[in-house]
Amino acid sequence: MANLESSRARTIGTGSAGGSVLPAGVPELSDGPEPALQPRRGAATSRVYLDHAATTPMLAEALRAVVTELARTGNPSSLHNAGRRARRVIEESREQIAQAYGARPSEVIFTSGGTEADNLAIKGLYWARRGAAHTKAAAGLGRNRILATATEHHAVLDCVRWLGEHEGADVEWLGVDSLGLLSPDVLREAIERDPGDVALISVMWANNEVGTIQPIAELAAVAAEYEIPLHSDAVQAAGQLPVSLAESGVTALTITAHKIGGPVGAGALLLARGTEPVPVLHGGGQERDVRSGTLDTAAIAGFAVAADWAARNQADHAARIGKLRDSLIDQVRAVVPDAILNGPAPGPDRLAGNAHFSFPGCEGDALLMLLDAKEIACSTGSACTAGVAQPSHVLLAMGADRARAKSSLRFSLGHTSTSQDVDALGEVVAEVVERARRAGR
Amino acid sequence: MTVFNGLNGPKVLAAMSGGVDSAVAAARAAAAGYDVTGVHLALSANPSSYRTGARGCCTLEDARDARRAADVIGIPFYVWDMAERFAADVVDDFIAEYARGNTPNPCLRCNEKIKFAAVLDRAVALGFDAVCTGHHASVDLSAGQPRLVRSVDAAKDQSYVLAVLTTEQLSRAMFPLGDSTKEQVRAEAAGRGLAVADKPDSHDVCFIADGDTRGFLRGKLGSMPGQIVDTDGQVIGSHDGSYGFTVGQRRGLAIGTPASDGKPRYVLDIEPVSGTVKVGPAAELDVDEIAAVRPVWTGCPPPEAPMRADVQLRAHGETYPATCWLEDGELRIRLHGPARGVARGQAAVLYDGPVVLGSATIASTARTQAALR
Repeated sequence: MANLESSRARTIGTGSAGGSVLPAGVPELSDGPEPALQPRRGAATSRVYLDHAATTPMLAEALRAVVTELARTGNPSSLHNAGRRARRVIEESREQIAQAYGARPSEVIFTSGGTEADNLAIKGLYWARRGAAHTKAAAGLGRNRILATATEHHAVLDCVRWLGEHEGADVEWLGVDSLGLLSPDVLREAIERDPGDVALISVMWANNEVGTIQPIAELAAVAAEYEIPLHSDAVQAAGQLPVSLAESGVTALTITAHKIGGPVGAGALLLARGTEPVPVLHGGGQERDVRSGTLDTAAIAGFAVAADWAARNQADHAARIGKLRDSLIDQVRAVVPDAILNGPAPGPDRLAGNAHFSFPGCEGDALLMLLDAKEIACSTGSACTAGVAQPSHVLLAMGADRARAKSSLRFSLGHTSTSQDVDALGEVVAEVVERARRAGR
Repeated sequence: MTVFNGLNGPKVLAAMSGGVDSAVAAARAAAAGYDVTGVHLALSANPSSYRTGARGCCTLEDARDARRAADVIGIPFYVWDMAERFAADVVDDFIAEYARGNTPNPCLRCNEKIKFAAVLDRAVALGFDAVCTGHHASVDLSAGQPRLVRSVDAAKDQSYVLAVLTTEQLSRAMFPLGDSTKEQVRAEAAGRGLAVADKPDSHDVCFIADGDTRGFLRGKLGSMPGQIVDTDGQVIGSHDGSYGFTVGQRRGLAIGTPASDGKPRYVLDIEPVSGTVKVGPAAELDVDEIAAVRPVWTGCPPPEAPMRADVQLRAHGETYPATCWLEDGELRIRLHGPARGVARGQAAVLYDGPVVLGSATIASTARTQAALR
């Protein structure tokens, strides 16, 4: 725990460790989760940050690694000394990340983040298993079904939909129960309808909105029986659960750096050996021809630091934020007795850092605005381009009606969260809910 | 602190369309010391200008422009989804009015039902004291209760489309631009570093992106064939929907036979049920008696005796001296001289100089002998 405390103390924004965490010559950044943004009057950063599932502050060590690499030159594909130096950073990072997530280094494909990794897994595996249209008969493949959970993140959801609408895939959405859980029996039934025609299955490890943790190893075992590749988006799980490619039996795993204390802009698809997706990005042939594009040495270096920290501290970290989360739930329930906790009860089926409520009679975006005015940051669900909150497809899939879905709010905790953060919410939540209720639906 | 309308409350919600006017209005409110929050209203799912699909939301360019203006001003910014209310209260109303042979003003309806009703109510419930917009008009409080006053920029004045607001609504409305011309607003936007300074003005109906109102209505209402008759009742043509016509319209009548006198013909009237469109010479467009319904009085009490006022009968139209009185709750207007092309469904707004006295919706028009002279 002492180790954890000191790690937290050295993150950006706490500023209590004294002295700069940055290399000499790099300007000191300001406080808060958006270090470079200088707020003007009225546009303050958030005093209380309860949106770690959206993105979490960078670990000081990760930031140092990023900045250090940004100051250096060298394309990791270049053959000279500078290139080899950059390549060495990449390969050491690859080894660290592989070790953190139970994979071999050769099973790590770097991407720009979770969305790209999901696209590569889903489109790439679908195309590979379907076969090119003109070689379909010759290849004897032609598998055309995609099975995916109805509660997937849009990076998976929209990919699968697109394949259905533009590539002729037969899409089947796997239903979840009222807690958001997918039963292995439901998966088995869906497969059984035509096992030989399933191109791939995609089931997220833990849900980004309501925090439901799927029985991923059981699901992977079912998929393995039929020799069907199973992809899992583990973006939310990666920091809070022991995530292992080998132990889970999953074929392809999406992870991203900025949810675990690394920078935005680096992610990875962990691909079990022998899995060969069709590339989505063609070009210079990096990442063994699966993902072309110059590797972002700086972001990947930061990613590795964060992954290493997350793996080493996972159990303590989850226990610590789990306690804070339990306190948050208790405090909200104490003052808003009719608040509905969506998703599983705190425990093994729910991410430790996640609390997600519906507040009957309120609109989520009104609650968010009122909390934002009190400098408390939270989320109504997946954001979209113009910032309009739509009723959550996750809650709808769990059987909630539109009103309950639109009245929901997510609070998510992370490595910089403190009991003061939770108490600050507890102090104002009743008043905010009452006001939002007056504004009605 | 400059006080725009004497509001005591400091919390102001600025409706920001993404245009230059609402950006400068919000900037002025913030500069005057109000606690301003910017809100962009997502109003439409019009596929040609808005993103649709899985999430069915998200204006693109306008929302971004509004957000950038809020950044520069330094105020919080949110998007409020008002698409359902807008579709029901403005778009459906617009279509239904045309189907009845009327000529509605959707901007007026939006002010009445959305900006200063749905949005204002929500804002007040959430703790705001007023809604601020970039309309070119002012609220004057010198007479005790709020009165709506024309903009100093006559060409840009929008008091006509705001006149439907009640005293209660006006008391929570803030229009910081009424003392400025459009030129001044643009110059100020540039001076404040707002990127929308030279963004073109919007003119058309916002939910008809291509400006083809007739095509839009045809798509919504389908073919509704009817006859075109002359002033003697003689059938001289046909049409596929009376919604394509407005009283006073000359172009696009597509009548084969020329008028016997060789003079151009205009739409004189549209029969609501049969959809028969009556056409005739310009002189027959002259009317001098107007009955208007659902009157709203903000600049004076409801008149107990006939009173003198200047009447405006369409947006950016001229005013006509008139005598006005109430009869069974309806507003009756006798123009002192004839007006041409007065369409049912438009507002009749009464002015005393620059001050709005009241407003009502035109329900019928007539010509007295005086108008024929």
